[in-house]
Amino acid sequence: MNNLTRWQRPELAAWAGLGRLTDLRDEIDRLFDTPLAEMTRGSQLLSVWTPGIDLYEDKDNLYLKAELPGMKREEIEVTLHEGTLSISGERKSESKYQAAEVHRAERFFGRFQRTITLPAPVSPDKVKAQYKDGVLTIKLPKTEEAKPKQIDVHVS
Amino acid sequence: MIMKTTVERESQASTDRAARQEYVTPEVNIFETKDGYVLEAEMPGVDKGGLEITLEGTEITIMGRRQTEALPGESVFRECPGADYRRVFELDPAIDSSKISARMEQGILTLTLPKSERVKPRRIAVE
Repeated sequence: MNNLTRWQRPELAAWAGLGRLTDLRDEIDRLFDTPLAEMTRGSQLLSVWTPGIDLYEDKDNLYLKAELPGMKREEIEVTLHEGTLSISGERKSESKYQAAEVHRAERFFGRFQRTITLPAPVSPDKVKAQYKDGVLTIKLPKTEEAKPKQIDVHVS
Repeated sequence: MIMKTTVERESQASTDRAARQEYVTPEVNIFETKDGYVLEAEMPGVDKGGLEITLEGTEITIMGRRQTEALPGESVFRECPGADYRRVFELDPAIDSSKISARMEQGILTLTLPKSERVKPRRIAVE
């Protein structure tokens, strides 16, 4: 099968290729010229707040920890739907320093959402959540069916 | 006249292998008003008791030790760093270091650093 590309004289194509190579080199040069801090700041502006989550499991429960500093308890929403746990909320910027001169603005304000698929079925009515020191901890008891069972084998 | 993070000092400290310890650098917001500075640092898992603020010359070090107990069971996945927090700032000489106050609320440290009276703008009445 033929490619539908415009035919070019080979020597012209070679020049175009070199041109692209120079662009790439410029691009790399620029990348290394930019201070690292500036790059990460840029990416922070583009990205959204993704709070860190830890998930632990023992034979009876699942335990989830999320770092959500500076939230109000009522602004955190936790939902459980068909084995998927979702944590969302909004951290509002306090306007009291709006008139001040800003020296550093590294903290993120705005909406966030994290959704995870739980590795085992849990009983939704027994889920307990607490928020302390900016850390949300959720204990999710597994359903009876999901708990590992020991079966005694009698050898006669 | 601005508050800077002293990056140089940090890198010097990290070359000293024996004393090296991993720390999480907390994200901060720093505001300046005519009365002083306000510094907010994110330190989830740290309460009042785990906070240590030291003033040395023109530098202020904020350190936060995590008080949260480890979750039981086996880890399925981990994203939260377990290390303690530490960050050093250089103080504006205009700050009255005897009047610095700190507050800890839901993992956010708020440091209030008032400027000394002599540097505050003053209105002089014309007689």
